[in-house]
Amino acid sequence: MSLEDLYREIILDHYRNPRNRGDLPSPPALRVEGFNPLCGDEVVLYVDMAGADDNLADDGGADRVADIKISGQGCSISQSSASMMSAAVKGRTAAEARDLIRAFKAMMSIHEHRLDGEGREVVEAVAPNPDIKLGDLEALRGVVKFPVRIKCATLSWNTLVQALDEARSTQPPSVATEAEGA
Amino acid sequence: MAHGLTASVKDDFPLLAQGPGRRKLVYLDSAASSQKPQAVLDAMANYYETSHANVHRGVYRLAEEATAAFEGGRAKVARFIGAPSSTEVVFTKNATEAINLVAHSYGRHCLPAGKAILLTEMEHHANLVPWLMLREETGVELRYLPVAADGTLILDDLDRLLDGVGLVSVTAMSNVLGTLNPIRLLADAAHAVGAIILVDGSQYVPHLPTDVGQLGCDLLAFTGHKMCGPTGIGVLWGKEELLDSMPAFLGGGEMINDVRLDGWTPNVLPWKFEAGTPPIAEAVGLGAAVDYLTGLGMDAVRRHEVELTTYALARLGERHGDDLRIFGPADPEGRGGVLSFAYNDIHPHDLSQVLDETGVCIRAGHHCAKPLMRRMGVNATARASFYVYNDESDVDALSEALLSASKFFS
Repeated sequence: MSLEDLYREIILDHYRNPRNRGDLPSPPALRVEGFNPLCGDEVVLYVDMAGADDNLADDGGADRVADIKISGQGCSISQSSASMMSAAVKGRTAAEARDLIRAFKAMMSIHEHRLDGEGREVVEAVAPNPDIKLGDLEALRGVVKFPVRIKCATLSWNTLVQALDEARSTQPPSVATEAEGA
Repeated sequence: MAHGLTASVKDDFPLLAQGPGRRKLVYLDSAASSQKPQAVLDAMANYYETSHANVHRGVYRLAEEATAAFEGGRAKVARFIGAPSSTEVVFTKNATEAINLVAHSYGRHCLPAGKAILLTEMEHHANLVPWLMLREETGVELRYLPVAADGTLILDDLDRLLDGVGLVSVTAMSNVLGTLNPIRLLADAAHAVGAIILVDGSQYVPHLPTDVGQLGCDLLAFTGHKMCGPTGIGVLWGKEELLDSMPAFLGGGEMINDVRLDGWTPNVLPWKFEAGTPPIAEAVGLGAAVDYLTGLGMDAVRRHEVELTTYALARLGERHGDDLRIFGPADPEGRGGVLSFAYNDIHPHDLSQVLDETGVCIRAGHHCAKPLMRRMGVNATARASFYVYNDESDVDALSEALLSASKFFS
């Protein structure tokens, strides 16, 4: 394995010129922080789920990543991975974003723990939807050969999972807002 | 260049040996853990091959030999730090456990009600989290000596900060900045207000001649694996009277005098604080490490590191200029051989990864000192740290590797 396997040109490009860098007013956007306690890297995601105010949940509108911005700081792997992720999920539905997250984690050789039918713990590789195309994100495949850096690459993705979970738990937002105001 | 140590020191460390088929290694992470000399590996292997049994249990000869080897390690450690007696040397798992022992025992049971604890902003998490946990439990007030931009402690407000303090806990040498703190001054000031002082000697004891009497502290915590010894063993030294007054920490075998179904009484020092089968081979190994360092001479070790740090500061400064920002005191006499730095805008993780290609091992991250990182306004730094086996060629290799990293990311 060589350094070029890790630091592919497209990765360095996203590191030097990160996409969707910045922030969004929160609220209405969700603001979620992720930390890598090993190295001190941090990522802050601002995710604006579309249709939240328009009550378009019926046609999936409330469940779409209308806009996403990223701030925080970290190494080239965590920053480029976040940048590529933002480009890949912007405009996608939450379900599509979750499929992409699974496909990315599968590429990162992430294993997950679950209980089988008889309550025994099973550890198995994340199973991706085979129809998902990772595109530019394939450039991060080399990270798998550097196990310490996998956490760098997955930091923003885990933070996005958190954001999607939060978005789901706070819907429908209009009701929640009224309850808070009462 | 005159050295405190001879160039052959490197040959004592099998992991650092060069040879056919072996990757060249420039090991610059001894502040995290040091490599081990052959003498330590041999002592531990010999113990397991000839003398192993449980200690303080059997009456058969083998058990006596094991006990003698274990307690022999303790006696060597006591001499190494100038302790008046082996009974003041408590073996723990590491320095972290030693500090937790004090937080649990002294912090919960001996610290006078209403008294505060004084720490510093440059402490390792090991000397922060046990006290934060204590605060959650008892509500004790924690105060912090601030750190100046040059990496030294700001002592202007010391008297005010000490007012109402019952315990001071401070590192003798920062694992990030290399700063050597004025322990004697802090100890005298603490004692003047009736407080006791615990010193985290993890970075100090392996690198400077240590005499607990001269330091003036009441308690000293350090770890074996940073001073040529094995992992799994640390030390809490304490003044006998103080340790006697502190209740036991972990309960179990060895630490008792008598056990009935309705109660127990504690063993005497130092075993009162050593519940369960102790790290026996590790104590033998630590004893051998102490013998090894004593053979080199701790004055020579310190001189070597001052000279190497002087060389590194000058060499890296002239070669890299403004591209390189080194944190901590500029005077090599006021610091240890720990250089934290920022290089261009390259993230320390990326820097460490690229340097590894040429066999240069440096640490990258927050070094378990996140509050200090925030104080310095950085998320992470790269860190090169020296020990007895490092020399100018290692500094030169680091310097060259930085240039290649710069090309890679430019």
